[in-house]
Amino acid sequence: MTVLENFYKGDKRALSKIISYIEDRREGYRELLGKLYSKSGNAIRIGVTGPPGAGKSTLVNALLHRFLKEKKKVGVIAVDPSSPFTGGALLGDRVRMNEFPLDGDIYFRSMATRGASGGLAASTNNVLVALDAFGFDVTIVETVGVGQVELDIIDACDSVVVALVPDSGDAVQTMKAGLMEIADVFVVNKADRPNSDRIVTDLRTALEFKAHDENTWMIPVIPTVAVEKKNIEELYNKIFEHIAFIKANKQYEAHRRLQIEKKIIAILRSRFEKEFVSNLSEIVNLDNIIEEISLGNTNPYTVGKELYEKFHKL
Amino acid sequence: MDKKIRVLLAKPGLDGHDRGIKVIAAALRDAGMEVIYTGLRQTPQMIVDAAIQEDVDAIGVSILSGAHMTLFPAILDVLKEKNASDIILFGGGIIPDDDKAELEKMGVAKVFTPGAPTEEAISFLRDAMKSKKSDENIM
Ligand SMILES: Nc1nc2c(ncn2[C@@H]2O[C@H](COP(=O)(O)OP(=O)(O)O)[C@@H](O)[C@H]2O)c(=O)[nH]1
Ligand SMILES: [Mg+2]
Repeated sequence: MTVLENFYKGDKRALSKIISYIEDRREGYRELLGKLYSKSGNAIRIGVTGPPGAGKSTLVNALLHRFLKEKKKVGVIAVDPSSPFTGGALLGDRVRMNEFPLDGDIYFRSMATRGASGGLAASTNNVLVALDAFGFDVTIVETVGVGQVELDIIDACDSVVVALVPDSGDAVQTMKAGLMEIADVFVVNKADRPNSDRIVTDLRTALEFKAHDENTWMIPVIPTVAVEKKNIEELYNKIFEHIAFIKANKQYEAHRRLQIEKKIIAILRSRFEKEFVSNLSEIVNLDNIIEEISLGNTNPYTVGKELYEKFHKL
Repeated sequence: MDKKIRVLLAKPGLDGHDRGIKVIAAALRDAGMEVIYTGLRQTPQMIVDAAIQEDVDAIGVSILSGAHMTLFPAILDVLKEKNASDIILFGGGIIPDDDKAELEKMGVAKVFTPGAPTEEAISFLRDAMKSKKSDENIM
């Protein structure tokens, strides 16, 4: 019995092992992903992003309780940063959602970024394929949330929830930060705090000024109190309204096709990088080249061109 | 890419002292490991369920409540029941020598006493990982 066979039978332990295999990029992981990919494509993929401490994990936890009522199977990934120096990571999102049993409908996995910087881990996209193939109805990804815009999430999800809090700054800052471009649903969490009305109104006004026609999804702004599971129903409904909207006007399909294109390019980029750039010192004697450049006999541009042509022939 | 060492740290039982376990968490992270912290008041069932989902190599628990002779065996039982006994269980707390010996006989891989330097836990885990090999076929 292989791990993959157990995976297909619905064994969660096998799923966990498959995820590690993909994350570690062990021998043959691409072949494995190819197999999994053919069984994927059915899950609705939700992303949750926003600054640290905004309440992303608490919101996801509240949403999970809502999904449980629907008897939907949900696979969750929460991403936290790896140290660029040691490679170690402290993954703490489970603290807010460790109450779902293994034999239930919710599966939760923490991932460290392992060198990636776009808000997701290097393998989050691939792990989502595994969750999808396992048969989850919905996948949810919580990004690192380092404050800057985490663009990777657009390529991994169908619907993106951006969580802000009353002290996140005003709408102008949000717009400048590019969050208006990635949000499908805005949440102003911690609405129990003073001044939450102001940022809600502010955001709504700013969003009205965005150019729109009948094919534009009007981004809603939803105040929530995630710790009290307040207004989660509204959030839940808006996410699914968004999905229904993009499915109806074919944006869903178009977005998925664009994601496939980006995936192919990402795979190519990583293979070229791995085979040529990372192993550069094995293919040519870099020290000699650098020496030649410092002596003024050649320059980085010429060397770059020559190396490129050399690789091209390989 | 090398296989990362993944460790789940949890505090079972009712005592709310999580200083010690947070120190260990930071030390293991600084040693390059991926540490999943699950927080306070975790039942053996919750701990093992989380360990399986996170596919960790080891579970570390801190028990200061005096309930170590019930909590450690309970975790070992759930691990066995879920076919996950290959996950190493280690821990620390205020644990008398006799109990420590008995727990290690039972299957707890290592019991650290308070004040043990964090390097001990790091090298224990690294060594344990060397002797742990997977003979499973993935595909
Ligand atoms: N007052 C208040 N606190 C909240 C709310 N939601 C989350 N928090 C708290 O905010 C802190 C950070 O929450 P967390 O979900 O970990 O944020 P994340 O870093 O975005 O995942 C925790 O202490 C939560 O209890 C809320 O609606 N109101
Ligand atoms: Mg979080």
